[in-house]
Amino acid sequence: MSKQMTGAEMIVEALKDQGVDTIFGYPGGAVLPIYDAIFQQNYVRHVLVRHEQGAAHAAEGYARSTGKVGVLLVTSGPGATNAVTGLTDALLDSIPLVCITGQVPTHLIGSDAFQECDTVGITRSCTKHNYLVKRIEDLPRILHEAFYVAARGRPGPVVIDIPKDVQFATGTYTPPRGVQHKTYQPKVKGDLEKIKQAVALMAAAKKPVFYTGGGVINSGPQASMLLRELVKLTGFPITSTLMGLGAYPAPDPQWLGMLGMHGSYEANNAMHDCDLMIAVGARFDDRITGRLDAFSPGSKKIHIDIDPSSINKNVAVDLGIVGDCAHVLEDLVRLWRANAVHPDKKALDAWWGQIESWRKRNSFAYKPSKETIKPQYAVQRLYELTKNRNTYITTEVGQHQMWAAQHYHFKEPNRWMTSGGLGTMGYGLPAAVGVQMAHPDALVIDIAGEASILMNIQEMTTAVQFRLPVKIFILNNEYMGMVRQWQELLHGGRYSHSYSESLPDFVKLAEAYGAHGIRCSDPADLDRAIQEMIDSPKAVIFDCVVDKAENCLPMIPSGKAHNEMILPDFDADLGAVIDDKGKMLV
Amino acid sequence: MNAPASAPSPYSSALGKSNIESHTLSVLVDNEPGVLARVVGLFSGRGYNIESLTVAEVAHGEQLSRITIVTTGTPEVIEQISHQLERIVPIHKVTDLTVFGKSIQRELAMVKVRGKGENRVEAMRLADAFRAKVIDATTESFVFELTGRPDKIDDFVELMRPLGLVEVSRTGVAAISRGPDPI
Repeated sequence: MSKQMTGAEMIVEALKDQGVDTIFGYPGGAVLPIYDAIFQQNYVRHVLVRHEQGAAHAAEGYARSTGKVGVLLVTSGPGATNAVTGLTDALLDSIPLVCITGQVPTHLIGSDAFQECDTVGITRSCTKHNYLVKRIEDLPRILHEAFYVAARGRPGPVVIDIPKDVQFATGTYTPPRGVQHKTYQPKVKGDLEKIKQAVALMAAAKKPVFYTGGGVINSGPQASMLLRELVKLTGFPITSTLMGLGAYPAPDPQWLGMLGMHGSYEANNAMHDCDLMIAVGARFDDRITGRLDAFSPGSKKIHIDIDPSSINKNVAVDLGIVGDCAHVLEDLVRLWRANAVHPDKKALDAWWGQIESWRKRNSFAYKPSKETIKPQYAVQRLYELTKNRNTYITTEVGQHQMWAAQHYHFKEPNRWMTSGGLGTMGYGLPAAVGVQMAHPDALVIDIAGEASILMNIQEMTTAVQFRLPVKIFILNNEYMGMVRQWQELLHGGRYSHSYSESLPDFVKLAEAYGAHGIRCSDPADLDRAIQEMIDSPKAVIFDCVVDKAENCLPMIPSGKAHNEMILPDFDADLGAVIDDKGKMLV
Repeated sequence: MNAPASAPSPYSSALGKSNIESHTLSVLVDNEPGVLARVVGLFSGRGYNIESLTVAEVAHGEQLSRITIVTTGTPEVIEQISHQLERIVPIHKVTDLTVFGKSIQRELAMVKVRGKGENRVEAMRLADAFRAKVIDATTESFVFELTGRPDKIDDFVELMRPLGLVEVSRTGVAAISRGPDPI
């Protein structure tokens, strides 16, 4: 039904028509008409964040845990620039967002007006697409198109910059009508001939490995189901990137654990020694490949990805299949069954024998302690005490993030929210706010570090205002741990500015926010304290005081190959591992 | 295949840096604000080269513009550039004219030459040989208009240099495929 209304009303109407029930935002001069329209309705809930970066990460958490498009609303100028980090984060991790920014009225654009910035210019390289709406006639189409672009193909953030006069103007609203974009029509079905070739390669493989990524999660729960079916059918081992955790259940014996810089010994060696790599929705990022010219030298590579530019970008592959993971996996499963493929059982058994010998190295091991809480132990206990609950995990960025990825075992997709590509400290708390808004009855835990959490600590107020019982589980080692670890590796243990000086008392901080604070430093008391956190009906800041010197291992040092990992039982000088060339890398 | 190359930098592409080629890409885009900035920003943001870039509307009713980009890189990089361009939402189509088949490339240049006596006569004689037109003249100068392949224009400019070359304005390359079919 076409209706006459103002631009601001159109925005709320379009959100409703797109099925958006929750948005995250912060008001300001250039979005006041939209806030007025929000005030006068009850369908769209607005969550007031305390910083626009928080709005973006909250929308990411909401999107990643639901599979829906996350929406944020911010004002012009600083509102838009504050959102840039979150938009970039969403771009790198392929999270669908629609970000509505206010803009100064059209006649003031270019005059350096108060709170004016070139939002479309600034966000051009950190969004999948962006729009400046200069005419009310274009607004309904652009609003619907933005949701289409954000969610289709490889998902990503879309900005709609709307000048204040366009928000006040009256025009005709048109509801979405099966938007068929004239240029943007991503290919979702894979080329059947190539899929047949993939089945033939898989049937002949002697040392295969599945390497899966966030694309499987983005493709929807169906993709994870099909992946599980294909892995079971073939009997092949499977590893995944940080972003792909949960697509395949971690307790399963065919699961090798995460791969990459802090991945397991068995996963990385399987990648190095395999004769066939089947990459599904993963993008051969530098944290995965390590040294490129020594990356899996003897394998044929199949790469399934919805983004043609991901194929052959970092690593040349033998067979690239452009398509949505779920569609391609469905065809692979169907053809595998139809052809009644029997892989070389003897070769596979030998391959599994090799993998089991790597697995015996127990590369995530650490030296237990009765005196101090080891960070790995803390995550393990957290997992044991929450694994049978409806739990969602977010993280900040650093050592705690890697320990969480290593020791928290995910069984389902969409349960793990982390900043992978951009590595944004301060992601976890606002993301947890977004997750908890979408899943009010779930247990939502932000596994954090004491440095990261302070980057967006203001969102505690949001959590308390909306009675969101998010649990912040801080592995507090009083260091920016990953920075400290790299300084030990690369800079002779000169810990330049990586000590977390003048930390707040996190228990008192929690109380100041109206939340519940817990501190624990005794391994014997840890289970009880974690249980107290779980049982609290409030938001909780848990200050888990852990070993200060623990390094995150295993590790592929920068500039090294998959089969040159530092294992936990490494007892030589860490500072001598990386050569000068490796020191240049990030 | 992922042949282990002798790439010195461990994270840099193992695809190697040799065999740099020049390719001409033809890009059909919606003629909307910012589309050129998206294309140019992609090249600067990802460190690709632009040798030449031209853009103009080609189908007024449909609001379609055609951008012709001459770029250099290894075949792998050129393929990556095409795919990256295709990701830009208002882009309809990217065609690599260099691999598509035979194509024609033309550029227009205006060349200002100042001189008297024998130099002036010689400039005029060469202009004739290159089928350049005189589009402005004073008693001590000419402006020549010349159309042709970029290397032909390079040659002409070099010949004019000792004869009193003042300045050159070039359009950049426009290109189209040979034969009856569109790209």
